[in-house]
Amino acid sequence: MKVLVPVKRVIDYNVKVRVKGDGTGVDLANVKMSMNPFDEIAVEEAIRLKEKGAVEEIVVVSIGVKQSQETLRTALAMGADRAILITAADDVHNDIEPLAVAKLLKAVIDEEQPGLVLCGKQAIDNDMNATGQMLSALLGWSQATFASEVAIEGDSAVVKREVDGGMQSIKVKMPAVISVDLRLNEPRYASLPNIMKAKKKPLDEKTPADYGVDVAPRLEIVKTSEPAERQAGIMVGSVEELVDKLKNEAGVI
Amino acid sequence: MAVLLLAEVTDGVLNADATGKAVTAVKSLGDVTVLCAGGQASDAAAEAAKIDGVAKVLCAEDALYSHRLAEPTAALIVSLAGDYSHIAAPATTDAKNILPRVAALLDVMILTDVSGVVDADTFERPIYAGNAIQTVKSKDATKVMTIRVSTFDAAGSGNSAPVENISAADAPGLSEWVADHVAESDRPELTSAGIVVSGGRGVGSEEDFKLIEGLADKLGAAIGASRAAVDSGYAPNDWQVGQTGKVVAPDLYVAVGISGAIQHLAGMKDSKVIVAINKDEEAPIFQVADYGLVADLFQAVPELTDKL
Ligand SMILES: Cc1cc2nc3c(=O)[nH]c(=O)nc-3n(C[C@H](O)[C@H](O)[C@H](O)COP(=O)(O)OP(=O)(O)OC[C@H]3O[C@@H](n4cnc5c(N)ncnc54)[C@H](O)[C@@H]3O)c2cc1C
Ligand SMILES: Nc1ncnc2c1ncn2[C@@H]1O[C@H](COP(=O)(O)O)[C@@H](O)[C@H]1O
Repeated sequence: MKVLVPVKRVIDYNVKVRVKGDGTGVDLANVKMSMNPFDEIAVEEAIRLKEKGAVEEIVVVSIGVKQSQETLRTALAMGADRAILITAADDVHNDIEPLAVAKLLKAVIDEEQPGLVLCGKQAIDNDMNATGQMLSALLGWSQATFASEVAIEGDSAVVKREVDGGMQSIKVKMPAVISVDLRLNEPRYASLPNIMKAKKKPLDEKTPADYGVDVAPRLEIVKTSEPAERQAGIMVGSVEELVDKLKNEAGVI
Repeated sequence: MAVLLLAEVTDGVLNADATGKAVTAVKSLGDVTVLCAGGQASDAAAEAAKIDGVAKVLCAEDALYSHRLAEPTAALIVSLAGDYSHIAAPATTDAKNILPRVAALLDVMILTDVSGVVDADTFERPIYAGNAIQTVKSKDATKVMTIRVSTFDAAGSGNSAPVENISAADAPGLSEWVADHVAESDRPELTSAGIVVSGGRGVGSEEDFKLIEGLADKLGAAIGASRAAVDSGYAPNDWQVGQTGKVVAPDLYVAVGISGAIQHLAGMKDSKVIVAINKDEEAPIFQVADYGLVADLFQAVPELTDKL
């Protein structure tokens, strides 16, 4: 079986995001970019399935600016076999919407015919949590979102999902789209020899036009603003003082 | 204009808080029709009919919807979509699973976690773990959106909207439910509780999380946790508060042994009053806390539980 893993290049999760003064977006100039943390987990899961013999080939796909090839190289260094870069924007501030990403991924999947897609549950920049579900819909496939355990059993997959009430196990028909949650695994680091080897692995470069997909946004960004700031509070010296403040000042207990 | 709102129904029971808050968010957009889907849904539909501002309730009771699997539930919503300008749901894990699928089937973009409704086409939503708020205008014919309910007040109740039973849509037959793993608890539900006590990695073990539970029980509070506490096995996954967990905005949020990473703040910084107990006076959590106490939690928490 072939597995396809979409990986997104996003602002590193440690960076404190700043809204631009003119309200046109957040400042992404010269900030550290990394692979979306959920996508590292998806790549790791694909590699583990390959190590178990359930998977023969791992194809990683990224859609965005040209520099996303760094993200693809990271995935290749972790253990993916082949990469496809779809250059759909020339400015990093120009995010491609999940609907357009899903359409491009569907076109790739029509060509590649993987038996499974493992994607992240959410990109930590736009916080959409939508692409996997949209892709599954466009393909007419089954979906298992927020996976924290995946077991492939013949032509189906049993997935344990993180839901509001706790956990839910479902069985989905393959081919399927599975979106991964934080506790599925701990991604490995790429070793130096593997980073060197990754430079020689195939990376195809494409554009949305190659797939005949229109990536024009459906949502017009009117403005981007700072969230309401919290007033700085006070430090209390003792538990007694804390109880007094909560009772008599804040009135919350 | 008309709104179809997917109610949150679990095992036949309406989540009146989340559904009521979502009604408040969308009622300016047109007549609100609430859809209750489930293996059992008639009791939930009767409850939903009481929510103020609801014009009508549709009840789809069929084994197909027992476990709210994404494929059949999305197919049902799509079969009804033609009558509505907006399709919405509270941003629960169920709706996050289902509504993007609906949007793609309708060839429209999804608006997730909407925290503000500006007009029929224009909405606010947090991005980058809530470090920025984006205002977006949708050009799509149908707006499909999930609502961040912590930013809206619940609608009142006392209404008696008509309930109409509807039949099931096609069964895509792509997935089946296997099991739920749900812990029973008498404590208030995390996202609707008035008080939340959360523990972090600083608590140190599953056993010591009993300290957090003791304080929560004394306050009649729900319990939350940081990702680190959940990853370390001190707390179950459904207690996680944050960017990728639950979003809460209680009257009082008590953070114990939590450093205050942006991903955690994303889930609690709209709480009315925040208390932080941490032994490190430099911990970033103190920057958002109304009341900070620099102390060892193993002394401060038992003392606090005692004094309440
Ligand atoms: C993609 C992604 C998504 C994430 N999503 C979330 C999310 O949804 N929610 C979330 O919470 N995190 C999330 N995180 C993780 C986040 O970045 C932090 O790692 C996490 O919140 C840290 O948890 P903590 O504060 O409990 O642990 P730490 O940062 O280790 O802090 C522990 C604190 O306990 C204090 N402490 C230790 N001992 C004591 C004592 N005896 N008495 C008092 N204080 C003590 C320490 O001073 C320290 O401040 C996410 C990260 C990523 C990459
Ligand atoms: N531009 C992109 N390129 C590759 N994968 C993407 C892209 N956008 C989203 N994805 C995938 O879809 C997941 C969910 O993203 P989102 O729906 O934007 O929150 C991510 O974790 C990725 O696996």
